[in-house]
Amino acid sequence: MKEYETINEISGPLVYAEVDEPIGYDEIVEIETEDGRTLRGQVLESSDGLVAIQVFEGTSGIDLDASVRFLGETLKMPVTEDLLGRVMDGTGQPIDGGPEIVPESREDIIGAAINPYSREYPEEFIQTGVSAIDGMNTLVRGQKLPIFSASGLPHNELALQIARQASVPEEEEDGEDGSEFAVIFGAMGITQEEANEFMDDFERTGALERSVVFANLADDPAVERTVTPRLALTTAEYLAFEKDYHVLVILTDMTNYCEALREIGAAREEVPGRRGYPGYMYTDLATLYERAGRIEGREGSVTQLPILTMPGDDDTHPIPDLTGYITEGQIYVDRDLNSQGVQPPVNVLPSLSRLMDDGIGEGLTRGDHGDVADQMYAAYAEGEDLRDLVNIVGREALSDRDNKYLDFADDFETEFIDQGFDTNRELDDTLDIGWDLLSQLPKEELNRIDEELIKEYYDASEEVEATAD
Amino acid sequence: MSQATQQDAETGVIESVSGPVVTAQDLDARMNDVVYVGDEGLMGEVIEIEGNVTTIQVYEETSGVGPGEPVENTGEPLSVDLGPGILDAIYDGTQRPLDVLEDKMNSAFLDRGVDAPGIDLDKEWEFQPEVEAGDEVSAGDVVGIVEETVTIDHKVMVPPDYEGGEVVSVESGDHTVTETVVELDNGEEISMHQEWPVRTPRPAVEKQTPTKPLISGQRVLDGLFPIAKGGTAAIPGPFGSGKTVTQHQLAKWADADIVVYVGCGERGNEMTEVIEDFPELDDPKTGNPLMARTCLIANTSNMPVAARESCIYTGITIAEFFRDMGYDVALMADSTSRWAEAMREISSRLEEMPGEEGYPAYLSARLSQFYERAGYFENVNGTEGSVSVIGAVSPPGGDFSEPVTQNTLRIVKTFWALDADLAERRHFPSINWNESYSLYREQLDPWFEENVTEDWAEIRQWAIDVLDEEDELQEIVQLVGKDALPEDQQLTLEIARYLREGYLQQDAFHPTDTFCPPEKTYAILTAIKTYNDEAFDALDAGVPVEDLVSLDSTPQINRIGVQEDYEEYVEELKDDITEELRGMY
Ligand SMILES: Nc1ncnc2c1ncn2[C@@H]1O[C@H](COP(=O)(O)OP(=O)(O)OP(=O)(O)O)[C@@H](O)[C@H]1O
Ligand SMILES: [Mg+2]
Repeated sequence: MKEYETINEISGPLVYAEVDEPIGYDEIVEIETEDGRTLRGQVLESSDGLVAIQVFEGTSGIDLDASVRFLGETLKMPVTEDLLGRVMDGTGQPIDGGPEIVPESREDIIGAAINPYSREYPEEFIQTGVSAIDGMNTLVRGQKLPIFSASGLPHNELALQIARQASVPEEEEDGEDGSEFAVIFGAMGITQEEANEFMDDFERTGALERSVVFANLADDPAVERTVTPRLALTTAEYLAFEKDYHVLVILTDMTNYCEALREIGAAREEVPGRRGYPGYMYTDLATLYERAGRIEGREGSVTQLPILTMPGDDDTHPIPDLTGYITEGQIYVDRDLNSQGVQPPVNVLPSLSRLMDDGIGEGLTRGDHGDVADQMYAAYAEGEDLRDLVNIVGREALSDRDNKYLDFADDFETEFIDQGFDTNRELDDTLDIGWDLLSQLPKEELNRIDEELIKEYYDASEEVEATAD
Repeated sequence: MSQATQQDAETGVIESVSGPVVTAQDLDARMNDVVYVGDEGLMGEVIEIEGNVTTIQVYEETSGVGPGEPVENTGEPLSVDLGPGILDAIYDGTQRPLDVLEDKMNSAFLDRGVDAPGIDLDKEWEFQPEVEAGDEVSAGDVVGIVEETVTIDHKVMVPPDYEGGEVVSVESGDHTVTETVVELDNGEEISMHQEWPVRTPRPAVEKQTPTKPLISGQRVLDGLFPIAKGGTAAIPGPFGSGKTVTQHQLAKWADADIVVYVGCGERGNEMTEVIEDFPELDDPKTGNPLMARTCLIANTSNMPVAARESCIYTGITIAEFFRDMGYDVALMADSTSRWAEAMREISSRLEEMPGEEGYPAYLSARLSQFYERAGYFENVNGTEGSVSVIGAVSPPGGDFSEPVTQNTLRIVKTFWALDADLAERRHFPSINWNESYSLYREQLDPWFEENVTEDWAEIRQWAIDVLDEEDELQEIVQLVGKDALPEDQQLTLEIARYLREGYLQQDAFHPTDTFCPPEKTYAILTAIKTYNDEAFDALDAGVPVEDLVSLDSTPQINRIGVQEDYEEYVEELKDDITEELRGMY
């Protein structure tokens, strides 16, 4: 391994050095500064005689005399089951004072793409205990379902609630499945306070034992953020596809990750795409999000729950927009609902789980699940629309039918959505609450529900009411 | 991808590597030649030549590849293997069969530097000749047939670039695709395999005006915005609005002979869904498994971006090949925006002068060249065949004013505008009926009038008028509420509601509603029209509108879609509506 003292330019997170041997694209570099610190980086561009290096920890302290070593390999993550319970920084170095990690293997963090032919379609219902998700936007194993939030909203509470409560009901019953559940938490640029919130919850619930934490905090170098999620996902893939774990990966905050991409792009003087983000951001994000899924013949699964804060609450901003184009739906955390005190403040109307249709129904969840969800959407959307009108003309000017929809929308928020962050609802309860709410509407209005199901559930709840009166 | 013959290999040396773009020195190459890059032999294509420096886009991940490594030129342009074995296959963007790759790599993850021919070169097929010694054949002519799948007879053709001549020998029976089955007097040997460069359209005699609809089984499409066989359509829409579901619906139910489905830069799971679903679904035309008429191309968003650029061409070339056999082919590309972005990514690595929003200046030209390969053709061999192209477009922020949507709309003749608002209300398919259009509508009416019903165009116009009126009335309702409208307008709103809920909406996931033949599409309209006519009569006779909009029978309109035996159901429903209304005065 040759050492060079040939740096000829330092610009933002980038260092340019002259070399007299061929250096591979993406190769790992160590830079030693005068004061004896070792910084790590990665080759971004390699041409005859000159390489561009992106330094993870930032370039401060590097000068033209610093020495550069090329390690001859791309960045690897040492993986082992012993990672469970460990806390690492954003570059994968343990920071919990625990024992040295003895890797079982070292995996390239730029994971190869899963062959689409080798995938297995995700359709195993995960019960999160959150009605807004289970009832209306069902999550399945192997799905990537981001939380679209904004600053000041309780997305972390929601993510934690899901991580705590997530279970697969059938397996609980027969207790057959040998696969265990693990949580991988990849933090990018979050505050110490937010990190504590997660760590405290993990410790309080004993979840830490089955978790691996990678934490790049707000005051850690920004460029490092491009590595953190890849370390997390490489670990997730190992645990899922080599060790049969069902892994839930929480990545937060993807917005900080994208800002880091923008910073690197700007330093390289690339032609920027929309709002200054790199033109390749879609592809880059896809190489993270697509690392969720199931593989035929393997027990484990990687489910992703990335969190992002939408700048200006705007979902057409490139970060949520490109994310939505890659992930399999999204859960919206809503500012208005939050200020009304609804917990969790999930707005189901723009939310969507694209894998829901194949993961629910007879034999999977319950036969009426799909129809009930559809009908509640339609009814809540109608009630929401009428709210605007009511502000202008008043309730009295509306028909009886319209008033029923207004009531439905209100009750839907207070009874169905607002369950609190500590309530863990069984799917049956979620759906039964749904029927309760729907029975406020005349039977003819339930045009999205199969007639048989109306007989079974609607009429039944009417009878209960009748006897109660 | 065709295994280019590697004689006369010219070798160069890598000069620089930047993501998928590599430059090499001293490589003697022509534009679009296929090259093998680096020690691992990663496949790439020449995209720029400047003096001694050749620029290459590499179809595989380039991590670890460095200057000094060799580059080998095959001297052949990027081509596909054409022959039996394409149907029922799933390829990446350069026609490498993904099942073969899984086998060869012995891994669920895509490794590098592994190549495989597009069709199995060792498999034997039974060649049934259609010519005999002494016959004259020319380029494009069919010389024999192979049963490729239960559904499709594969026509073995004289390659388009052959001279043709007199047949001197014919080998019937089992052969591999590389063995000669017909020999001509000028020495030309015809096998079941040919190659064709993907960036060159296959020749045809002429493009004709399309007059037959590509029936989709989707009411809003067939009924209001039909596409022709040989036509072009774009489906733009924000994320989650239904582009992929619509494309899947077309791939499942369209009455094409062959479907080429290109998953271009989208999700892995969506391709898996197709792979798992299609073998179990019946082709509505033949009753055979759907895969028997389908070819899948999957270059998902996390697969190399250069192969995403090429996957569109791989798809359309395969489509043209089956068109040449006289088949009606439908090609779905989901999503053309990802293809355009791949062009943008590569263009920016080449430091080309960016055009609008960073896209290369040639974006518009590439889009039109692609859609121009669609059409209803008279083929070189005298048969007629068509390629219909349906492209999804994914505009950033759902804003249709962006370059890819705008440039696409300048070319395609059918526009299915997806609407986030409708999707949010779970009005599916969320195709906005005010914004969408089909320029084929009039030229297809004669077909519908002849094959479905005489008043097809007339009743459609009635439905459009009602929906237009509703659109205007809604603006007033937003201000003053429904009850402030005159009675006849209130009734119109109710009728429009049934058009939306019972006619335009269609559940892709309901086993019956998922496919709606044109006859049923029409039947639903007649039921709503009956309600319309009878209710307005009743209104004229003095029945208050409150009674007219709360009938017991009309909610059944929204259930026609899910009825298997809809004919009887609709007739009874019409009688019930009439009876109920007439009983009111
Ligand atoms: N015709 C339909 N019937 C029922 N549901 C539908 C229909 N069309 C769309 N949907 C619903 O909308 C969801 C999103 O649709 P789809 O995946 O096609 O969106 P898309 O436009 O392709 O989004 P993206 O650009 O992110 O790929 C589906 O998962 C399904 O729940
Ligand atoms: Mg899609």
